[in-house]
Amino acid sequence: MAADRLSRVFGALADPTRRAILTRLTEGEATVAELAAPFRVSQPAISRHLKVLEDAGLISRSRRATARLSHLEAEPLREVTTWLARYQRFWDESHERLDDLLAALQAADEGGHSE
Amino acid sequence: MSKTEITAEPGIPLIVMTRDFDAPRDLVFRAYTEPQLLVQWLGPRDLTTTVDRYDVHDGGRWRYVQKDPEGNEHGFHGVFHGAPSPEAIVQTFEYEGVPGHVMLETTTFQERGGSTLVRTVASFQSVADRDGMVASGMERGVHEGDERLDEVLARLQAG
Repeated sequence: MAADRLSRVFGALADPTRRAILTRLTEGEATVAELAAPFRVSQPAISRHLKVLEDAGLISRSRRATARLSHLEAEPLREVTTWLARYQRFWDESHERLDDLLAALQAADEGGHSE
Repeated sequence: MSKTEITAEPGIPLIVMTRDFDAPRDLVFRAYTEPQLLVQWLGPRDLTTTVDRYDVHDGGRWRYVQKDPEGNEHGFHGVFHGAPSPEAIVQTFEYEGVPGHVMLETTTFQERGGSTLVRTVASFQSVADRDGMVASGMERGVHEGDERLDEVLARLQAG
């Protein structure tokens, strides 16, 4: 994924309301009114959040009669998770190895003192 | 068991990483600065690390190469700023696969009750650099995860 797109996805995910909207959309598509219902914010405010999510590629939108429906687009989220998971895994494994090394060094050190 | 905490906030070109180690500070510092110890832990097990040079003093240069199971080699180098001490190490970091994108890294070691808290703040030249470096430099030999979407969202919610 291009770095600028990654930044847009991160920016979109930075807001708790937008994360809650994404979570709601894992249950299926929803109208703006349905998405606004759990929050103490106006529908226009929700629409602005949806625009940010759409620009980041995290949702797509379609029309049904007069209602605009939002759908979750999982791929960018998966790519971000892979990005973080990769970095996390690199350091998790390094640090587990360091745990082992430090334990071995301390054991050797104690052995040395008991001579 | 201790876990590595990594924070990469959107829009800020930083990565902050903290980890507690069950060892005194001097020993952790040695593991970070003595090449024969460093190669035993830096990177996942399927990478082989070879230290080219590791001049641990103010202005000293360092360079190591990591080789993945397919035989691809990835070089990294930088310079120490100020004398590295068990209190802090300040150094630059550059992945040779993407030259010119230099990161400044500060690692502090804080001993408390026999264990040592290591905190690393990596500062990049831009957010794009941070995201790009992690995407390119860290993918070497690291098995890709396929986290499930609902788990991700649950974590995002919790955050």
